[in-house]
Amino acid sequence: MIRTAVVERAVTVDDIRPRPDPARRRMVRRAVPVAVFALLAILPFSTLDLPALLPGVVNSPGSLQLLAICLVFAGLAATYDLLFGHTGLLSFGHALYIALGSYTVNIAVTKFGLSLPAALLLAVLVGLVVPTLLGAVALRVNGIAFSMVTLAMAQVGSIVVMSDPGRLTGGEEGLSLTPSALPGFLSGVANTANLYWLALGYLILVLAVIGWAVNSEPGRVWQAIRENELRVSVLGLPSYHFRLLSFVVASFLAMLGGVVHLFLVGGSSPQITTSNFTLAFLVMVVLGGTGSRWGATLGGVLYTYLDHRLAALGTSDAVASLPAVLRAPLSEPLFVLGVLFIVMVYFMPGGLTSLAARLRRK
Amino acid sequence: MSNVVLLALTGLGLGALYFLIASGLSLIFGLADVLNFAHGLFLAVGAYGTWWSSAHLGFAFVPAVVFGVVAGTVVAVLVEVLLIRPLYTRTIEQVLVTVGLSLAGVALLQATFGADPLNFPKPAWAGETTRILGAIVPNDRFLLIGAAAVVLVAIQVFLRRTRFGLIVRAGVEDRTMVTALGINVRTAFTLVFAIGGAAAALAGALAGVYFGNVSPGQGTSLLIFAFIVVVIGGMGSVTGSAVSAVLVGLVQQFTSFYAAAGVGEASVVLLLAVVLLTRPGGLAGRAT
Repeated sequence: MIRTAVVERAVTVDDIRPRPDPARRRMVRRAVPVAVFALLAILPFSTLDLPALLPGVVNSPGSLQLLAICLVFAGLAATYDLLFGHTGLLSFGHALYIALGSYTVNIAVTKFGLSLPAALLLAVLVGLVVPTLLGAVALRVNGIAFSMVTLAMAQVGSIVVMSDPGRLTGGEEGLSLTPSALPGFLSGVANTANLYWLALGYLILVLAVIGWAVNSEPGRVWQAIRENELRVSVLGLPSYHFRLLSFVVASFLAMLGGVVHLFLVGGSSPQITTSNFTLAFLVMVVLGGTGSRWGATLGGVLYTYLDHRLAALGTSDAVASLPAVLRAPLSEPLFVLGVLFIVMVYFMPGGLTSLAARLRRK
Repeated sequence: MSNVVLLALTGLGLGALYFLIASGLSLIFGLADVLNFAHGLFLAVGAYGTWWSSAHLGFAFVPAVVFGVVAGTVVAVLVEVLLIRPLYTRTIEQVLVTVGLSLAGVALLQATFGADPLNFPKPAWAGETTRILGAIVPNDRFLLIGAAAVVLVAIQVFLRRTRFGLIVRAGVEDRTMVTALGINVRTAFTLVFAIGGAAAALAGALAGVYFGNVSPGQGTSLLIFAFIVVVIGGMGSVTGSAVSAVLVGLVQQFTSFYAAAGVGEASVVLLLAVVLLTRPGGLAGRAT
């Protein structure tokens, strides 16, 4: 009953013009991600040198670390898109759940001396209970009010972390992960490749779960809520419960990403609790294209890569020789990214994925 | 007793800052449906404008604040005309643009003036104290409260007594209807941005006095509490914002003094949760 009721859309040009055999299309659509992920999986064996693009040869720890961070953020952006792009929930507090994963595991291991599996189990528990409770309150309101409530909740999280209660979070200094906490194959610079594969695994897991979820029955209701929530309610569906489900799934996946991020950077920094951190995911999703997990992935990689490389560019010789009027703004990655974002909103409302679609149509 | 008086006045001072930011946010949101993230930027422009004209042009305190407020107003009007207006009816994109602006603007300020807090020119009389009922109260608290009261009255007079105020009030109630009557709401948009920008810039200058310094990130944390104030007060209601700003300021001051630091902020969010669970539309709001 749900399917027939909600899946209807205007007929577009794409529907009436001849297109390639659907079976072939489906195969291509499945083959491309597999090929891309296979390529990503063998990158740590490559000694390709891309001097302008990466800090070292591809399989040097520096490059792998950067690539791994890009993959983790791509996954996190996809979880944000599940809320914003798929369900239409504009959360300004996503950082809270990422920080929850990072700090829970870190504190459990470093401060309370729990074993890693126990800490992970604790994180899973916390990552399910906290979003359920907070989401249940925040979702009492709709639209922009929901955004503000999530923002306020995340802000409390940020303040709690900053104020260093019981010397647990390390305050502004952050909290480094005890090196002995990680199993041997994940610790040390020599094992960066394993961390890279962990990040890649996280991204694949997120994309698989989201892909499965949005095509499931609740996923169709999420889409309907995004389009017209009133209509969903009129159909007698409890839209509140479906929104809460989307919130918990996205937050739980974000929490897992926080754990991977912790392993990757070897600690938790209060940076990941700030509202700017959440806004970065909004920017990533819009850059890539909302409502598409590939778009979010692409936006996440692009944003993270630019963020890191622009910071390096800002201190490079080429920029240092520029006059101060140009040098100062260029050395601030957020300035460049913010302007790029505004330009995208104006001239490419659908993000990068819409560009691909537009090119295909020509 | 003296503690209570001091905390009450400090809480009111903080509430005054929140109100100055929230009034503009609330009007802009009520009329244009835009959650204006760039509001923190207007605030920062006001603060840095005041600092800059004082440090580099040698302005006295009051002209420096005027300079800062004018700078903030100009930026707000430019933002509305150049960036918000072309996206008319595309609300979500308007919000996104203000998000981009807030990121880029704060980064630009940081690139220009540095990330470290700058000492703010505080007039001597604002640093002195007054004894009230045994409490020694810094004078800047009175400055903040007075400024917020003046702005509140001015906005109310504007909304109740002028033709543009009538259009803004009607637009907040039902924008579609006002447009259908053939009234140009866009002028009202610009006006509301100008008023909001001016109030935010004034808040920036006064926040400089209150905290004793300006830093690029200051606007963001104030903005978040202003958001909370707007939600508690009921979106689009200036009076609601005023009441809830006072409430939030007082709750924050008293709880952070009598409980641990950080509890103040947490209790504000608890207040927000309680209000939302009992009155989803906020104190002054209709049910949404």
